[in-house]
Amino acid sequence: MSKIRVLVGTKKGAFILTADGKRKDWKVSGPHFAGWEIYHLKGSPVDLNRIYASQTSGWFGQIIQRSDDGGRTWNTPGSSPDELKSPEGMPKGESNKFVYEGEAATHKWYDGSQHPWEFKRIWHLEPSLTDPDTAYAGAEDAAIFKTTNGGKTWKELPDLRKVKGNLWQPGAGGMAVHTILLDPKNAKRIYVAISAGGCFRTDDGGKTWRPITRGLKSPYELPDPDAEVGHCVHRIALHPSRPDVLFMQKHWDVLRSDNAGDQWNEVSGNLPTDFGFPIDVNFNEPETIYVVPITSDSLHYPPEGKLRVYRSKTGGNEWEALAKGLPQKDCYVNVLRDAMAVDSLDQCGIYFGTTGGQVYGSPDGGDTWNAIVQHLPPVYSVEVQTLP
Amino acid sequence: MIRVVLPYHLRNLSRVDGEVELEVDEPATVRSVLDALEARHPALRGTIRDHETMKRRPFVRFFVCKEDWSLEPPETPLPDVIVSGAEPFLIVGAMAGG
Repeated sequence: MSKIRVLVGTKKGAFILTADGKRKDWKVSGPHFAGWEIYHLKGSPVDLNRIYASQTSGWFGQIIQRSDDGGRTWNTPGSSPDELKSPEGMPKGESNKFVYEGEAATHKWYDGSQHPWEFKRIWHLEPSLTDPDTAYAGAEDAAIFKTTNGGKTWKELPDLRKVKGNLWQPGAGGMAVHTILLDPKNAKRIYVAISAGGCFRTDDGGKTWRPITRGLKSPYELPDPDAEVGHCVHRIALHPSRPDVLFMQKHWDVLRSDNAGDQWNEVSGNLPTDFGFPIDVNFNEPETIYVVPITSDSLHYPPEGKLRVYRSKTGGNEWEALAKGLPQKDCYVNVLRDAMAVDSLDQCGIYFGTTGGQVYGSPDGGDTWNAIVQHLPPVYSVEVQTLP
Repeated sequence: MIRVVLPYHLRNLSRVDGEVELEVDEPATVRSVLDALEARHPALRGTIRDHETMKRRPFVRFFVCKEDWSLEPPETPLPDVIVSGAEPFLIVGAMAGG
């Protein structure tokens, strides 16, 4: 029987939740890296024991951790004294060295002035679909980095920031590459999303990028209806069988694109509010998508104090509330953009974590929900591995 | 033998239990102590000072004989009580937060 491993990043460490295919009885391991902020963990799809983790601290900066045994033990890649000695004899220990390429550049600051790019942390790690030693990292301030040696060293793909980077501006949570999607049918195509930079695509493996924002409307934040960059894209998602079909949760609005982002159309339909953060796609049903409506940009909690996932089985526009097993009164948590994921079992499991420290799981595509854990630190990210 | 005391999170990161004892060529300075520390524990690179500029991270501080040495030039020789190991060189996470 298959097993499920849920990787949870929180404000105070990482947790690993495991269950068999019934997804009923869960074991909790952690906290790993106790006391550190864990923005994201994600496993390699080609080596399920290889997991990358982003560990950060306001005091001690960025750390990259890697496990090669499914999360039992961890190491900072390339930081063994026997590895990577420089010609001078100093160890390189560069798994946490993220340096922007080229001339110092600036982006728009909150007050509209220009502000220099400053590395703060890694928000998102996206392992390659084909090589366990290759992974991408989404940084704050916004940039994308790549490793080809298992995380020992990282190099920026600098042309992303040349796409009108001077017009990108931090959102309330900062200015980060928070979403990286790899096209399973086209190894050269990568999508990234940035708040509030927008949505971008490369078709040449990261050498050049272009904005894919036609159809996005942000009239209050961006009065220019033709603005190519600066949209506050909260999350994008795709189904691996149809990588040209993209779904987006924007600051406001839920949208879809049927041509790899060249044109977007709003599919908010009958949602009670189209503000929110995560969006994801059912593994077995490419037209079934999930969002968690949040009251507004000023009120980051569910409408009416009721935590409800909304599901559309029609790729948008027609939405149904999923509430069975979720708190339906006095609930004022948020669900962050990287905190929803799906498994790949025959009956798709859906998982999400809250800023209140709960991780909920549904073994039946969202029909019913159970709290797997209830008292973790605020959840930053949730990823799922389906194990044989 | 110079004794270095790391803050809790850096002890965990470098898997150190207790103090770190380092042999450092004289004249021992803050810089040479940090060089030796990072050589012994490469996972600490970038956590105490910047990879490129080698500047101390803003929320990290150094204490020598109960005095704050954070702003001392890195080439300043450390006092004999540190060099002899009679007193430890302290690396501290700055007090911040609630």
